[in-house]
Amino acid sequence: MVRYIVRRLLQAIPTLLGVSIISFLLISAAPGDPVSLRTAGNAKMTPKAKETMRRQLGLDQPLPVQYLSWFAGVTVRPGDAVAEFSSDKVRCAFVTVIGYTVCDTGGGVIRGDLGTSIDTKQPVWERLVERMQATLELGVISLLVSLLIGVPLGVLSAVYRGGFFDNVVRVMAVIFRSVPIYWMALLLLLFFSVWLGWLPSGGRQTVTLTGETTLWDRVQHLILPVMVLSFGPIAFFSRIMRTETLEVTHTDYIRTAKAKGLASNQVWFTHALRNALIPLMTVLGPALVGVLGGAVVTETIFAWPGMGRLTINAVFQQDYPLVLGAGMFFAVLTIIGYLLSDIFYALVDPRVRLE
Amino acid sequence: MAVEQVKLPSSPLTRTRSGEELLIRKPQTFWGMAIGSLRRDKLTLIALGFVVLIGLLSLFAGVICGVLGVDPNSTNPRDAFAQPYVWAYIRWLLGIDLTTAPELLYKSGGVPHWLGTDQLGRDQLARLLYGGRISLSIALVAAAIAMLLGVVVGAAAGYFGGVVDDVFMWLINTVTSIPDIYLLIIVNAIFRPSPMILTLYLGLLGWFGTARFMRGNVLKVKSLDYTTSAKASGATDRRIITQHIIPNCLPVIIVITAIDVGALILTESILSFLGVGVQPPTPSWGNMLYRANDFLFLRDPATGQLAALHLLFWPGILTTLTVLSFYLMGDGLRDALDPMLRNKR
Repeated sequence: MVRYIVRRLLQAIPTLLGVSIISFLLISAAPGDPVSLRTAGNAKMTPKAKETMRRQLGLDQPLPVQYLSWFAGVTVRPGDAVAEFSSDKVRCAFVTVIGYTVCDTGGGVIRGDLGTSIDTKQPVWERLVERMQATLELGVISLLVSLLIGVPLGVLSAVYRGGFFDNVVRVMAVIFRSVPIYWMALLLLLFFSVWLGWLPSGGRQTVTLTGETTLWDRVQHLILPVMVLSFGPIAFFSRIMRTETLEVTHTDYIRTAKAKGLASNQVWFTHALRNALIPLMTVLGPALVGVLGGAVVTETIFAWPGMGRLTINAVFQQDYPLVLGAGMFFAVLTIIGYLLSDIFYALVDPRVRLE
Repeated sequence: MAVEQVKLPSSPLTRTRSGEELLIRKPQTFWGMAIGSLRRDKLTLIALGFVVLIGLLSLFAGVICGVLGVDPNSTNPRDAFAQPYVWAYIRWLLGIDLTTAPELLYKSGGVPHWLGTDQLGRDQLARLLYGGRISLSIALVAAAIAMLLGVVVGAAAGYFGGVVDDVFMWLINTVTSIPDIYLLIIVNAIFRPSPMILTLYLGLLGWFGTARFMRGNVLKVKSLDYTTSAKASGATDRRIITQHIIPNCLPVIIVITAIDVGALILTESILSFLGVGVQPPTPSWGNMLYRANDFLFLRDPATGQLAALHLLFWPGILTTLTVLSFYLMGDGLRDALDPMLRNKR
């Protein structure tokens, strides 16, 4: 098992590297020159000072060298330039063997330095972490709700295969998949908060002077966004559970269970359900991606103070470091999600480990 | 005792030649059977009909708008948020309400706005038709690009294996680990594309699923006996791929592409809804809803009714039904094209 986990962890490294390369290329392609962005409004910056800054940031170097500096916080320059680049933050050393000066800038994506937000001048990392809790709260609750609803729906429609219930669930699943999530959100908003006036139309809690809130207030604010985010995954889970349950019913052990005279409930819920649940592990990763993607739209409509809304606002303020930081952050979350779902899968199904 | 010669009754479908009974019914081909199976599938036919209808309507958007005397871009601030004329007209015909319909006509200067107008007084029906043209063509072209790339890359990766496979799978795993909607938002935010370039992005970032599926299918077909036998009789790689692998993966490709078109319509509309897709004044179903979102709570000062419900309803329902039709077509085609699945359902 340990070997499987280690192998799986190692497999994630090239993916992470790939994500970082794509992000870096996008950063380089983004309009706006980092030096002008940093020095905007600073009258003391002469063109010569800008040139020095450009050199210090390593922007005069070829792209692969820039990537190294951005990713690992290590810059490389030909010749002995220790005196020029050393400062209280940057440590440099001249490596005589290769004739290059190597500097450690103390930053780099690998150490969590995703750059500085243009808008607030805060580190991108800080701004994302601030909002992470809200997004995870929404995402995890939606995922749980859709598992609790989708899995039983799928199993029951397999049990009553071809019947009325099965048809209703299948039609519902394909409709849920086709409705644009934002349109559904607007309709629900119109129905529950404008027409009935039961639920708040947005935000994470009622705004109060002291910032106090009750649990009930928080739950009320959660209902609509969770509903919207759950539609897709409910359809997804019910479809998969239906197929998996039907698949399992053709196996020998189910026939044995039936043959030895077990009650139908016991056959379905002890023998069939348990085995049908195993493949569900593999789709939890993709489902997480789906929920995180949906969070962008849902958070925008319901004014939910999460990372998705932060990203969209950053897009409109052209705060590219923040946008890309968010993209990378989500990519890492996704990779971790896939990793965990693979490991769980291997835990419950020993056959996977042998492959 | 002589064995009695048994004479088989000759069926109308067989004829005798040199003592053997021969089948004179034309042999059924794979595609013939698929079409036959599709013909019996009412739901798929309805979905296909809807797609054709929407396609024709948006193709002839110019003609239809000309006949109705409306234009998607001409504004009329005095006639903003006009309610759909169609309901008022029906009530007028039935004699229930004789005042609303003429009133609407008077306000619009004699032009009936069958589905109402938006915040600038532009005709919604015309915008929906032109929007459908944009949304559908983006989705169709992007799906075609994605299909081509996906099939070529998937087939190459699956067939050749080794380094080619490793490199492509690495690329696919990497890109798909960024939620695609984020990737598209980022790319669109940075490059602010025109609808044509947007189509290109959607296609270029949309082939990973197809390629992965294709690769799996190629791996399956590659291990089948007829491929081995083709290889044994000395067929070239190119011949095996074009004569054996791709034709046998075609059903899967068709199904995936149909579903892909639906998914791409959704993606485009989400991007436009977020303001990073098709930019106004060019209409698309998504950016029409993006505008409508701003007027969600707007009430008519005279009656107190919500004034923009029709702007919210029509683009959404059209998107939903179109996407639904493509998904249903995909499912129907899967049943029709995959003989292995046909009995499983």
